[in-house]
Amino acid sequence: MSKQYEFKAPILPYILVLPQMVIVFIFFFWPAAQAILQSFYLQDPFGGRMIFVGFQNYSRLLADPDYWQSFTVSTAFAVCITVGAMTISLFLAIQANKKIRFASFYKTMLIWPYAVSTLVAGAIWLFMFNPNVGVIAYMLKHTFHVDWQYLLNFNQAFLLLTLAATWKQLAYNFVFFLAGLQSVPATLIEAAEIDGASPSTRFWKIIFPMLSPTTFYLLVMNLVYGFFETFPIIHQITQGAPGKSTGILVYKVWRDGVINLDLGSSAAQSVILMIMVILLTVFQFRFIERRVTY
Amino acid sequence: MKRVILLMAVLLMAVGAYAQTTVEFWHAMTGHNGEMVQVIADKFNASQKDYKVVPVYKGSYVDTMNAGIAAFRAGNPPAIIQVYEVGTATMMAAKNAIKPVYQLMAENNMKWDPNMYIPTIKSYYSTSDGRMLSMPFNSSTAVMYYNKDAFRKAGLDPEKPPVTWPEFFEVAKKLKASGMEGGFTTNWISWIQLENFSAWHNLPFGTRSNGFDGLDTQLVFNSPIHVRHFQNMYDLSKTGVFIYGGRENKANPLFTSGRVGLHFESIGGYGNMKANCKFEFGVARLPYYPDVPGAPQNSIIGGASLWVFNGRPQAEYKGVAEFFNFISQPEIQSLWHKETGYLPITNAAYELTKSEGYYKTNPGLEVAIKQLLNKAPTANSMGIRFGNFQIIREIEDQVWEDILAGKISVKDGLDKMVRDGNKTLREFEKLYK
Repeated sequence: MSKQYEFKAPILPYILVLPQMVIVFIFFFWPAAQAILQSFYLQDPFGGRMIFVGFQNYSRLLADPDYWQSFTVSTAFAVCITVGAMTISLFLAIQANKKIRFASFYKTMLIWPYAVSTLVAGAIWLFMFNPNVGVIAYMLKHTFHVDWQYLLNFNQAFLLLTLAATWKQLAYNFVFFLAGLQSVPATLIEAAEIDGASPSTRFWKIIFPMLSPTTFYLLVMNLVYGFFETFPIIHQITQGAPGKSTGILVYKVWRDGVINLDLGSSAAQSVILMIMVILLTVFQFRFIERRVTY
Repeated sequence: MKRVILLMAVLLMAVGAYAQTTVEFWHAMTGHNGEMVQVIADKFNASQKDYKVVPVYKGSYVDTMNAGIAAFRAGNPPAIIQVYEVGTATMMAAKNAIKPVYQLMAENNMKWDPNMYIPTIKSYYSTSDGRMLSMPFNSSTAVMYYNKDAFRKAGLDPEKPPVTWPEFFEVAKKLKASGMEGGFTTNWISWIQLENFSAWHNLPFGTRSNGFDGLDTQLVFNSPIHVRHFQNMYDLSKTGVFIYGGRENKANPLFTSGRVGLHFESIGGYGNMKANCKFEFGVARLPYYPDVPGAPQNSIIGGASLWVFNGRPQAEYKGVAEFFNFISQPEIQSLWHKETGYLPITNAAYELTKSEGYYKTNPGLEVAIKQLLNKAPTANSMGIRFGNFQIIREIEDQVWEDILAGKISVKDGLDKMVRDGNKTLREFEKLYK
């Protein structure tokens, strides 16, 4: 690990990283700086007036119970997706890793949803479950007599969004878990088998610990996905309804900024999200990564 | 060498003589309506040689407005941009960014009479003292659609749609009792059941002439009549007579699939209804409460208008003025009206279309126009003009869902809409004071 290649010419490495730095600067540092700046102003969309308001955009958000509600629902959403998607995909990966007939067919089928864009995934679920036009919604109502109206029922809306977002993420997790499982040395498992370890012992004592780097990586990726990348699903299926109960943080940033043209508040919200991501990353590197067995 | 220079000089002169001034026109019209924008631009371009209007489709209303804002901030806005009615106050307040239409016409010495436009349409885009700020383009209004086949099945007269709200609710109940899943639904809760409802009953939606007279306006749509109306709808939702279909125009499938027999939607949705309803449907005026004095007044418009950006070369503005005059002609307006279902913006275009006998085969469109022209607009029915109005509509949508879900009472819900809406109005006022 400690062996490093040293460049002889001192300038070359800087030139090599320059393109990357330029990209990071243009697409991250510069907009981030703009967001921080804008978050201290009240401004009209055309940029004609800017009134410095200090931390007012932030204090308004933090004093707004709706913002905290959005925070809570975002967290619940991300956690449910992470737990659901990881458990199910691990189960599927284990099954697909067995020596069964048509194994490669199943694997292909299970990876397939990954090719569907999140926006399209949202549309598919919308057309199945929309109370006005959905096929499954119709069945739920007329065959099972469920009062299916997720536009007014938060629990139904939350369940539907979680299912849709989880389904979309399964394939991604599946690929990583399958690769992880295949890299567990067969000799270890055979040795445990000879020692008389039961299948569940073999899983929990050997396979699961060996998978921990994969699991940890997926944990972070799934949380990030749940928090930030589920925007298209929300946008397609509920648009934050019922009320504003499913308007997760990223959705709110977009709505307030792009549709409602409340640039100051939108900027303040994105700065808060940025701080959250920074904290998550620090947490990841400082605390968790050390405890994972690689 | 001399010959070459001579040739170049001749070429340059030729170019100079035929140089057209290009006028960019950003819009949000899709499908057939988008094609019609091009058709009208082509007609204008063919009618003269000096200017060429180039329509550019920029996505949804929101996308188009954001593209315009970004272009203005970057110092290169289009000459003309189509902005939906919700953005009217935002555009108006951005005084440095826009050139008002009355000023544009005066600067270019155009012969132009703002009184040729239908009063309710003109007033929506004018200051309260009558100076027109943006050019009316695609205007619609809210109407009631009803399923004539379902009326017959329920033993109701399909040629007699309900006229008042009490009648309407009775009809809705009968439709449900006749075997339909529900009686009625509605699109656009804010635009139809609050903004148009207020105008139609000559009730203020907000103070200061619905915001026309100043930014220090307050929302007041939590009056006892508003509360009564929402209570009626809420009560009927409990018995399944009213079915909620979602925000904006998402309730349409409930009507087109025959699950409810009565529906409220823009007249701009007439073509969609024609294409999707497998039954005979009718268009009728909005119902009213007969005990409200002055009701029915007149309904207000929705849709979009054309704004002129500042910061273009002077020559382009002459072209914009010519173009605006051109599209106000009765023939062009009548064509636009018949092809898109949007309302004609001038009285002359309405008369022309009528004289052609068009409404004999399309009576629904005339219902909408007559509803707009029902009475001369009052301070309560000129239109509405509030800053941050997109946010206010969103608040109304959200709270309406909370009311239907039983999280908040009808009275408290309307009070909350007004209270939260007023908060965003104060933000807007603070910014532009």
